[in-house]
Amino acid sequence: MRKNLNVIAAYSIMMVLILLVGIFQSWNIALSIFNLCLISAVMTMGANIQWGYAGLINFGIMGYTALGGLAAVIISVDPVQEAWRAGGFDILMCLWLIIVMVLVIRFILKNFEKSKLRTYSIAALIIAAIIIIRVTAEPGIEKIEAVNPATTGFLGGFGLPIIFSWIVGALFAGGLAFIVGKVALGLRADYLAIATLLISEIVIAIIKHEDWLTRGVKNVIGLKRPAPYEVDLQTTDWFINLVEKFKSSKLDLITDLSERQAALNQFVIEGSSIFVKLCYSGLFLVVVIILLILTQKALYSPWGRMMRAIRDNEEAANAMGKNVVKQHLLIFILGSAIVGIAGAMLVTQDGLFTPGSYRPMRYTFLIWVMVIVGGSGNNFGAILGGFVVWFLWIEAAPISMFLINFFTAGIPETNAIKAHLIESVPYFRFLLMGLGLLFIMRYRPKGILPEKIEIK
Amino acid sequence: MDLINAIILLLNYIFIPGLTYGSQLALGAIFVTLIYGILRFANFATGDMMSFGTMMTILFTWYFQSLGISLGVLPTALIALPFGIFFMILYMLTIDKFVFKYYRTQKSPPVQFAMVSIGVMFVTQAVVRIIIGPGDRRFFDGEKFIIKAREFKEMTGLNEGLALKSTQVLTIFVTIILVSLLFWFLNKTKTGKSMKAYSDNEDLALLSGIDPKKIVLVTWVIAGILATIGGALYGLDKSFKPFTYFNNMLPIFAAAIVGGIGNPFGAFLGGYVIAFSEILLTYAYKKFFMYILPESMEPEGLVQLLSTDYKFAVSFSILVIVLLYRPSGIFKGKVL
Repeated sequence: MRKNLNVIAAYSIMMVLILLVGIFQSWNIALSIFNLCLISAVMTMGANIQWGYAGLINFGIMGYTALGGLAAVIISVDPVQEAWRAGGFDILMCLWLIIVMVLVIRFILKNFEKSKLRTYSIAALIIAAIIIIRVTAEPGIEKIEAVNPATTGFLGGFGLPIIFSWIVGALFAGGLAFIVGKVALGLRADYLAIATLLISEIVIAIIKHEDWLTRGVKNVIGLKRPAPYEVDLQTTDWFINLVEKFKSSKLDLITDLSERQAALNQFVIEGSSIFVKLCYSGLFLVVVIILLILTQKALYSPWGRMMRAIRDNEEAANAMGKNVVKQHLLIFILGSAIVGIAGAMLVTQDGLFTPGSYRPMRYTFLIWVMVIVGGSGNNFGAILGGFVVWFLWIEAAPISMFLINFFTAGIPETNAIKAHLIESVPYFRFLLMGLGLLFIMRYRPKGILPEKIEIK
Repeated sequence: MDLINAIILLLNYIFIPGLTYGSQLALGAIFVTLIYGILRFANFATGDMMSFGTMMTILFTWYFQSLGISLGVLPTALIALPFGIFFMILYMLTIDKFVFKYYRTQKSPPVQFAMVSIGVMFVTQAVVRIIIGPGDRRFFDGEKFIIKAREFKEMTGLNEGLALKSTQVLTIFVTIILVSLLFWFLNKTKTGKSMKAYSDNEDLALLSGIDPKKIVLVTWVIAGILATIGGALYGLDKSFKPFTYFNNMLPIFAAAIVGGIGNPFGAFLGGYVIAFSEILLTYAYKKFFMYILPESMEPEGLVQLLSTDYKFAVSFSILVIVLLYRPSGIFKGKVL
């Protein structure tokens, strides 16, 4: 108990902060911060597995997040029959072509000696295949995109409950990570960082511009929800009764019957959105707890010990007969899969998929700040990092507003510098992130909750 | 006649824009490569440092414009450049003293440096946005075109016009001068040679009496010059927007790595490799083929290898391929 005192203290402070937001701003804001904190915590756990356990740098986080989001679309949207009839055949043809291409390349790789000729023929094969695929797909894609472009214009998905997409998102992201890992994991750390960042840009470019699959920048809106809709809640009896019970002290003060009804309606409307958010919080919390249990178990298992050994001294681990390459690939896939789950959760919560909003350059680094600040190699630290950094990212503007007003209290409102500062309040969040990261790196390089290895 | 038209078309839409964009990337890429070769880390604050230098240049341009100073046909920004460079170097040295120096003395691994540079990146972003705001700024003044497309048509009687913007000529011209000066400095002067030695083998360089403090200082000075000029030229040619600069970091990194990181000459060429491959692969060649092929063989589609949406993706794919097959880059890196 004593040993975990700092963990408990850190988490209690975080909870108090969120409660303060609830009390002073509104419960709605507090809950949406809390939900996004949970999602960032999942992402951070994914990055932490790669960085903290194995020392692998993965700057491709946004790519995997976007793939998770794509999974949410593909799983939950109803299939667009018309589009399938129009161009489904061509797309399936292409899929076959890709599979054939991969099989042929595998065949060549297996049966021929490594030589310049082999490399060039594989390159030629890939280029030829890309051209053939483009030619076959073109008419199909045009037909699909022509089907009712204002509302559909894409193939749609499977029409399953969106919860399944959390698993499928993990599979998608894991699949991509397998390919990326196979080709890029041999690179040195800083090259790997840049390569993964660029690959995620490529993935997002594809998701953004292949309209037949994702509607591209036209966005997919109105996805199914695992939680009830606000409008439905507002007309359900048990929910109105629940709100009445909760707010009875306030409602009892109002004597006038019609006024009381109006106030109740107001409470019900407010309550319904809070209730929906609480549903999401519950679902996300379950995911976080399951992941936490699994990652903790993994960390203290022989496998986790091996990972740390590889991280701390690759050559020694290799000499002890551990397959470093394979383990690196495995952990790369696992971490990315977790990030994929987070991506699907994010889209589930928003109820819409907007490929344009995945900005690798912006959010990748934010996630990394979370990992470093929280404490790499410590799962509780990773989750805490997700909470702290996201909270500051959102609340930086109000905090810096308060600080500016506090320090310039004596200066009149019309002062040019003060006005300029107040105008640029949104950008203080970058300053906060940067300074936070620099101070942590300098004075507490292991993060708020450092890695703890208990040898039993 | 048709052949000349076709050539002019390619010149106008591929060659000149490619050369301009390539020069802008090349300056940034040399900046990245110098930091990588001598200070030994991947500087993720590259794009933002460039935007800081450009911002300083813009502020001084505005100041000079308010004083009524101008260069006539040339942009006022040219007078403001030295001041921008000065403040850029000052900023870099401050950052180095308070942030990077500590890790250098600790001999931290490059990954830690990269993380720290992400912190610097955030801080610089905040500084730039707080001072000048996140919006789009144009600070070009003076004569915009050297040759206008219409004038060119009238002059030569061709169907295709060749437009030559003064910023394009300026960019190419300044880049050539700057890069030749830089290579002269690195290859011929004593300081340049000691920088090379330091990059090749730090311990050996220290043994032979090279002062590391001086090397670091000179590196930042050169980096400041390159970052400010590269950023300002890009801003003059297109426009200044902090987020665009931040995004440009990726093609710049791509250029540096393709050319072989740590190798300034490679980075210089890498800039053009990236720029030209982006433009060549996404340009629609329909008109070109209309000129050179007989009418019966005219192509139906746009004859575009990839849609322009994939512009960035092209350069990144090249980079990924280079990383996989020749991780040391086309021109063999780490030889400064």
